[in-house]
Amino acid sequence: MSAVPGKFPAAPRSGAMTARLAQRRSRMLKERAIELVLFLAALVSVFTTVGIVYILVKESVVFFQQVSIVDFLTDTQWTPLFDDQHFGILVLLSGTLTSSAVALAIAIPLGTVIAIYLSEFAPFSVREVAKPFLELLGGVPTIVYGFFALLFVTPILQWFYPELPGFNLLSAGIVMGIMIIPYVSSISEDAMRAVPMNLREGSYAMGATRFQTAVNVVVPAAFSGIAAAYILGISRAVGETMILAVAAGMQPNLTINPLEPAATITAYIVQVALGDLPHGSIGYQTIFAAGLTLMLFTLACNIAGHMLRKRFRETY
Amino acid sequence: MAYAHDLASIRRLIASHKRWDLVFVCCGAVALMVGVLTFTALFVDMAIDGVPRLTWDFFTNYPSRRAAQAGILSAWVGSCLVMLVTAVVAVPLGVGAGLYLEEYAPKNWFTDVIEINITNLAGVPSIVYGLLALGLFVYQFGFGQSILSAGLTLALLILPVVIVATREAIRSIPVGIREAAYALGATQWQVCKDHIVPYSSAGILTGIIIGMARAIGETAPIITIGALTFIAFLPPSPIRSEPPFISFDWLMSPFTVMPIQMFNWTSRPEAAFLQNAAAAGFVLVLMTLAMNGLAIWLRYRLRKNIKW
Repeated sequence: MSAVPGKFPAAPRSGAMTARLAQRRSRMLKERAIELVLFLAALVSVFTTVGIVYILVKESVVFFQQVSIVDFLTDTQWTPLFDDQHFGILVLLSGTLTSSAVALAIAIPLGTVIAIYLSEFAPFSVREVAKPFLELLGGVPTIVYGFFALLFVTPILQWFYPELPGFNLLSAGIVMGIMIIPYVSSISEDAMRAVPMNLREGSYAMGATRFQTAVNVVVPAAFSGIAAAYILGISRAVGETMILAVAAGMQPNLTINPLEPAATITAYIVQVALGDLPHGSIGYQTIFAAGLTLMLFTLACNIAGHMLRKRFRETY
Repeated sequence: MAYAHDLASIRRLIASHKRWDLVFVCCGAVALMVGVLTFTALFVDMAIDGVPRLTWDFFTNYPSRRAAQAGILSAWVGSCLVMLVTAVVAVPLGVGAGLYLEEYAPKNWFTDVIEINITNLAGVPSIVYGLLALGLFVYQFGFGQSILSAGLTLALLILPVVIVATREAIRSIPVGIREAAYALGATQWQVCKDHIVPYSSAGILTGIIIGMARAIGETAPIITIGALTFIAFLPPSPIRSEPPFISFDWLMSPFTVMPIQMFNWTSRPEAAFLQNAAAAGFVLVLMTLAMNGLAIWLRYRLRKNIKW
């Protein structure tokens, strides 16, 4: 920009320019500062992960200096709070896997059927009512589910099978399964609804019924999303705490029989936290080793889910 | 496969295939009914056991060794204070992070890391957050088993929920709005604070409410940080009679919350305490139902009203 001499006095103009430049610079600075603040907010989630890994690994390292990893993985007893200490994580893992298996045996079939029904069969009005309702089902606090499993479901099961102990993996697993249904169904349904309409129309045009279309066209096309929903269900089941702490008892028990009481990894952590273990004792460190096992397990689930999604993703 | 030669057999074939449709519709309805029935049973069970205990005294009494005199005063006050800390921490962080990821973040590997990380955090079991808090807040930072530790823990726990809701709400705003604002010379922050955040506020609010509903019912992480279960006093009042009138002593106070109180009563053998547990559970269910219901209603209204 060239100033025309004579017409505009030079000095005030340059003064105005610097003022404007200064204003612009301060505005730029403010913009950068705000961006930095927002970036730091986003960074908190990364720090959370780093913090989790740091704390779990740090405390677990101390634990594994005293207990060998081989013992940890192969011992068949879990008695860290007794004089004769054994640290066989398999014992807790068996409880976790058994209860999760029961839960998934309920949640996966029911969740899938509900998802297919809502996505392919249900009239608009049913869907409008059912979806929020399922969401409410998933929003009930887990401690309430635990209470319900212990004092409502277990007595009912005992009515069918009187030898069932008061604490057992079965009723906890069943209630956990019902709790997980909404997670499985809503994600599967989203995946199925994302399948383009013309695939269905093509199938109908070939004379297929709704059921045939749903099973042979929509479900395979949405498989990656459905698999992701199952994986999420698995990691929910494995990480669930309060239902098991309340209804499955907290006795470590190496079993795959859901009719028995058993402690899970999560229930053990609760049990230790409820007691008064001194900070730094071996019992205190076990919960971090147990937590690390849990974290690795759910991480493996997440990675498997990610790979499944990549492997089976259909693009249209 | 047998070919159908006449009309009657074709009709039979179609009918037999359509029968499967009907069977499946029945299966779907039954599966839904399992959910509905369970929920009804849970609600009615809690109500039958708990409602007789829901007197005014139940809300104004401290927990007690005598079941009939025990109440949830310290529990609900504790829950409110913990929720306050959680909201104050999680809302700005969550909305800020969502805003950054949608509006500011460059497309590079680090942004990818943040995004994958948030997805992963959403799948981390809540008890692992409790272990993080135990190691970090309680011992490393020395906050102890306080309201502050619990609030921070729950804030980290619901952060992914708030971030995801914020991002979804922001993503639904058409690009045209941003372009119009930029064309008038607005800076990026002006666009965000005057347009993006106000227009997505209902969606963000929905996410916050759902997150808070989850936080209020969380038990495991708070047990893990070692919160006491028998608290027969209230945290110090945040308001003082002498200047500076506000005190933050309550942040460091020991506390109990509703789900922990309920867990405590559930683990006792006496039937009277189980009744108390049912009553506390009923209040808890009502609270989460109300919050989730509000979120659902907000979303429903939002979907009806906004047409870009």
